[in-house]
Amino acid sequence: MVQAAPKAAGLHDCREAWVTTLEALAATDPRIVAVVNDSVGSSKLGGFQKKFPDQLINVGIAEQVMVGVGAGLANGGCIPFVSAASCFLTGRSLEQVKADIAYANFNVKLVGQSSGVAYGELGPTHHSIEDFAWLRPLTNLTVIVPADPWETAEAVKWAAAHEGPVYIRLSRMPVPEIVVPGRTFQPGKAQVLREGGDVAIIACGTTVHLALDAARALAGEGIAARVLNMHTINPLDDEAVLAAARTGAIVTVEEASVRGGLGGAVAELTSAHDPVPVERVGFPGFVPTGSVDWLFTEYGLSQDGIAAAARRALARKRK
Amino acid sequence: MTHLNDPVPLIREKALWMRRRAFRMVHEAQLGHPGGDFSATDIIATLYFGVMRFDPKRPDWADRDRFIMSKGHATGALYTVLCAAGYYPEDWLDTYMQPKSRLNGHPNRNYLPGVETNTGPLGHGFPVAVGSAIAGALTGSDHRTFVLTGDGELQEGSNWEAAMVAGHRKLKRLTLIVDRNRLQQGAGTEETSGLDPLDEKFRAFGWQVVEVDGHDPAALLAAFATPTDRPLCLIANTVKGKGVSFMENKASWHHGVPNAEQFAQAMEELV
Repeated sequence: MVQAAPKAAGLHDCREAWVTTLEALAATDPRIVAVVNDSVGSSKLGGFQKKFPDQLINVGIAEQVMVGVGAGLANGGCIPFVSAASCFLTGRSLEQVKADIAYANFNVKLVGQSSGVAYGELGPTHHSIEDFAWLRPLTNLTVIVPADPWETAEAVKWAAAHEGPVYIRLSRMPVPEIVVPGRTFQPGKAQVLREGGDVAIIACGTTVHLALDAARALAGEGIAARVLNMHTINPLDDEAVLAAARTGAIVTVEEASVRGGLGGAVAELTSAHDPVPVERVGFPGFVPTGSVDWLFTEYGLSQDGIAAAARRALARKRK
Repeated sequence: MTHLNDPVPLIREKALWMRRRAFRMVHEAQLGHPGGDFSATDIIATLYFGVMRFDPKRPDWADRDRFIMSKGHATGALYTVLCAAGYYPEDWLDTYMQPKSRLNGHPNRNYLPGVETNTGPLGHGFPVAVGSAIAGALTGSDHRTFVLTGDGELQEGSNWEAAMVAGHRKLKRLTLIVDRNRLQQGAGTEETSGLDPLDEKFRAFGWQVVEVDGHDPAALLAAFATPTDRPLCLIANTVKGKGVSFMENKASWHHGVPNAEQFAQAMEELV
């Protein structure tokens, strides 16, 4: 039985792991190129730029050409990591992501920075909570949402070695390291962080550690909650979701809109194969301006909010 | 592919075949964009049979010159030139637009050798060409990248992002050809959202600009050889529907398709 250990001390900005890993890759492979839209600072690529000035392509504030240039670099044999705030990377250049990257099936890595509501106070123009719904239907595009620095590093390494388009969704919000003995990262394969047969909590990214907190709290009430780290949204791990459905109740948790994202994917699958109650924790749509902490608490992306959703799902369980 | 002898007769021969074959495809499918095929045909034939370095047996050859068809709807011109260049047999053209054909209404690089990127929505090919040119500079390849846009297509803002980046980076191995037929699907470019003075626009973005007759292979060959220390823009003055009397300069032939009588007449004229 897998049981995630208590949280390691300290919180980490996953961007450090992203850039450290990218620099290590670029040091041994000159095909690695970073492409940015004036986002050197927010992508933490200042050090990369100093070490590999020729391998940093800053196109200025121009997301459409940024993504197109990524496709062209791949056409020319490079391995581009196109890094920008995810709200602009996925929103402003969605047609480029669809046609030039996913449909053309180019070997381009898109890295969405400061995703979700990381820019809480800046409002919905800068929130990126729609990206899962926009990108999940795109054939060929692997969508990965790392939960912590370790998984961020693994995702970046895997993306560099994988031949094909990838979207990696990062946050700037500090998160704890998820400590799992013998941990491995396999895209498309969810990780069971905690076993439990009463209800399954399927989380991704910044909410995974909160799901673990909620499961521990539920255990105190005698409720055994399974926790899944669904780090890959596309392709979804159907097998893990259907196994979760056999608990009879599912909670999904994502720092994203509850429409069309992880929760949507799980609901689509279970409705077709095993229609169990699915409680979706996330944002209902545009949300008010506020700090990340306030938004997480307000919309139930918290130990208490997730535990409450689990109780609601349990109450709806088929008798 | 280089030519020691004058390539103009070959270019003219290939262009004639391309027009006839493309129009047959459009006639049989009753779908296509023949007006734009014909305005671009001589430019593309000149590139493949007088300018570009490529090997149809090695479509992934790292040092090949790239041709990117940004006006992806002009598949009649693109599919026939790739066939004429030896990328695939002629019977593939018979499947144009049919269910599951490799020859979509818009090109897909994953199904058709010689296609560099998937285009169709306008304003996509030019940014990809900029990336390909940057890659050449990064990897030490001396390949040239050629991208053909429609003129109406330049109303898409992404092209101007691309023009700015290419000018800033002085991408001298990048050549943009604007198919300046002055018509978009419904009306003239100048009455829709005017582009003139187009040469001044590109010069202001840091480009070398040459205006050329887009139906004169000799003039095109000279224009493609223009020495430059910056990206090169050829404003190729063309005629939509060039070569068929009833199609020339008619916006309605943007995606018009011929009936049997029109097809027969076109075959009589295209000789």
